[in-house]
Amino acid sequence: MFRRQRSIPLRGSAAALCNNLSVLHLPVCNLTHFGVVHGPSAQLLSVAPEGVPLAQRQLHAKEGAGVSSPLITQVHWCALPFRVLLVLTSHRGIQMYESDGSVMVYWHALDSRDASPVQAMFARGIASCGHFICVGMWSGRVLVFDIPAKGPNIVLSEELAGHPTSVTDIASEPAQEQDCMADVVTADDSGLLCVWRSGPEFKLLTRIPGFGVPCTSVQLWKGIAAAGYGNGQVRLYETSTGALHVQINAHARAICALDLAPEVGKLLSAAEDTFVHIWKLSKRTESGCTEVEHCHGECVPDTQVCGARFCDPSGSSFAVTGYDLAEILRFSSE
Amino acid sequence: MLYILDQRLRAQNIPGDKARRALRAFSIMSVRALPLLFLNLGGEMLYILDQRLRAQNIPGDKARRDEWTEVDRKRVLHDIILTMFNKSFIEELLKPQELYSKKALRTIYDRLAHASIMKLNQASMDKLYDLMTMALKYQVLLCPRPKDVLLVTFNHLDTIKGLIQDNPALLHLVDETLRQLIEVYGGLSAGEFQLIRQTLLTFFQDLHIRVSLFLKDKVQNSNGRFVLPVSGPVPWGIEVPGLIRMFDNKGEEVRRVEFPHGGNYVTAPKEGSFEVYGDRVLKLGTNMYSVNRPVETHTSGTSKNLASQTQQSIAPNPLAKEELNFLAKLMGGMEIKKTSGPEPGFRLNLFTTDEEEEQAALTRPEELSHEVVNIQATQDQQRNQELARIMGEFEVMDQPRWSASKGDDLLAMMDEL
Repeated sequence: MFRRQRSIPLRGSAAALCNNLSVLHLPVCNLTHFGVVHGPSAQLLSVAPEGVPLAQRQLHAKEGAGVSSPLITQVHWCALPFRVLLVLTSHRGIQMYESDGSVMVYWHALDSRDASPVQAMFARGIASCGHFICVGMWSGRVLVFDIPAKGPNIVLSEELAGHPTSVTDIASEPAQEQDCMADVVTADDSGLLCVWRSGPEFKLLTRIPGFGVPCTSVQLWKGIAAAGYGNGQVRLYETSTGALHVQINAHARAICALDLAPEVGKLLSAAEDTFVHIWKLSKRTESGCTEVEHCHGECVPDTQVCGARFCDPSGSSFAVTGYDLAEILRFSSE
Repeated sequence: MLYILDQRLRAQNIPGDKARRALRAFSIMSVRALPLLFLNLGGEMLYILDQRLRAQNIPGDKARRDEWTEVDRKRVLHDIILTMFNKSFIEELLKPQELYSKKALRTIYDRLAHASIMKLNQASMDKLYDLMTMALKYQVLLCPRPKDVLLVTFNHLDTIKGLIQDNPALLHLVDETLRQLIEVYGGLSAGEFQLIRQTLLTFFQDLHIRVSLFLKDKVQNSNGRFVLPVSGPVPWGIEVPGLIRMFDNKGEEVRRVEFPHGGNYVTAPKEGSFEVYGDRVLKLGTNMYSVNRPVETHTSGTSKNLASQTQQSIAPNPLAKEELNFLAKLMGGMEIKKTSGPEPGFRLNLFTTDEEEEQAALTRPEELSHEVVNIQATQDQQRNQELARIMGEFEVMDQPRWSASKGDDLLAMMDEL
């Protein structure tokens, strides 16, 4: 049973984007950071356990060339082995900051030579993998940045080609068992999933075709890719073979966000139908099958949800953002 | 001065691109959203004007000179529709480009509303625009699938055709637009439609004006937010939620489990038609106004959500000059009927009484005043033909009816050159 907790007020309402909430849990100082995109700006909040906001900061998309204010597409914290960086993607490029957003350490401008008259340029889809940060592009390419343990000497290591349409989301997990080679999954507007093994040169392992609907959000857990689609379905695929293991008719509208509490195998799905669902995943090692059990459903009345995240590793609390809503809603089962 | 303006206007052959960019406020994601925004807002405008004019309908023989008749109403609609569906304007609109700024768009509707013998005071024009935008926001938000925004557009066009049944030339113009829309949008993917929908929602972000018709019908809450129902048919192409299916490595289903999804959904009966003629199935975008249901707006008071909107309209637009020139050229291409001679312009009041209209103008919250570009024609009609035609299309009124926004007065800027 989850209960509504105190909401966190935002300076600006959340934009109608997918994956529009990032959460960084800092157990050492018992603080939680939240990041939400409003439009041309994004807001970062530092919050105490009871939901009291202690500090906030607004970041803007770097102007670059051109006159109009660029819109931010996503903001996401990337946990790397020796540091945490905050990555912000927009229509102009990719900005990377120290985790509190105080200092920009890297700026990558989108290449205007690639621009097409029938498509707007943007970067979207952010994930860290080892000492790499992967960022997706409107063109389908995925940029891989090599991040040093400290300092601004970030280098563009590789450009992955694998997607014919705009990248929507990227997920990763630490490569665990020997046969679990895959550690990065990328998704796009056509619903295609690409499974990669990271390294100095990324290797494409599997392609899991779409079915005419965008894959808006993706997660990776024990070699299983959990994908949320524009038709409200959550699908779980075995990444080594690309085999479909589970299909859930989870929502009545497009899914906008998935999140994972990996230690306990909990998956959270949120959609524009105002619902948030929590699922328990389990992998049967003998049969190789995956099982899913529904744990909880929450309705956020009259709210087109656009972002949702677990707020702690045990998955006992989660936060939600909604289009046009100037607050972060919090739920807890403790 | 006119020579310089002329130079700049001729130099527009350039940068149809650059000029288009001048009209933007943000880099918004989809370059296909503008036509849908324009046509749907225009459709709502026609519904509202039609309803107001019908409500004031006085039988022709009994009408005084200052009262609206059926003939007048048809004429106003005819003139607006003719301007709105102007072939070269629609062509320009359908080119891939980003959304115009709120200011530029509002100016276009101001001009459109005045394409005929009808006049609207500032307060009525503000109310009209409020109703138009909130109605479309509601429709876009409630679209079952992103692609259904196209069905909403078709509903608007179908209903517009219903208003001009007796005019084959106009009907043809609207049908042409329908055909062009099908050509441009027919091949777009679900992902591209999702982007279009997100782009439109960004445009409507933070608008919470309460509309009494919506409040009465319980589709809007008293805090200005729309009701999102969790029952009824699911969108076409979506399964009713509630089922988990599990498969083995060979793809055989090994287990299926139901779960409580919380809503009360049923399967979609059928898909709406995306042809020139057909049953759209969806009701969003059809005319919800009728003579017996007068529309009022409550402009809700200050709210911090509006702060971001205010920032946008106050920030000086460095390309205001280019924007104006491009707008001038764009609207100069519209075939606008000129009211010449002794024919009077009729004023339409969107409120119930003149006093109400005056009161509304006085009490309108600061942050909701729509910034409108002031384009005043020069009195000095010089030799240049094209220029004279373009400048002549703009309102030559004795008193300025648009609020002058800071330094955007075309004449003032000419002085600075």
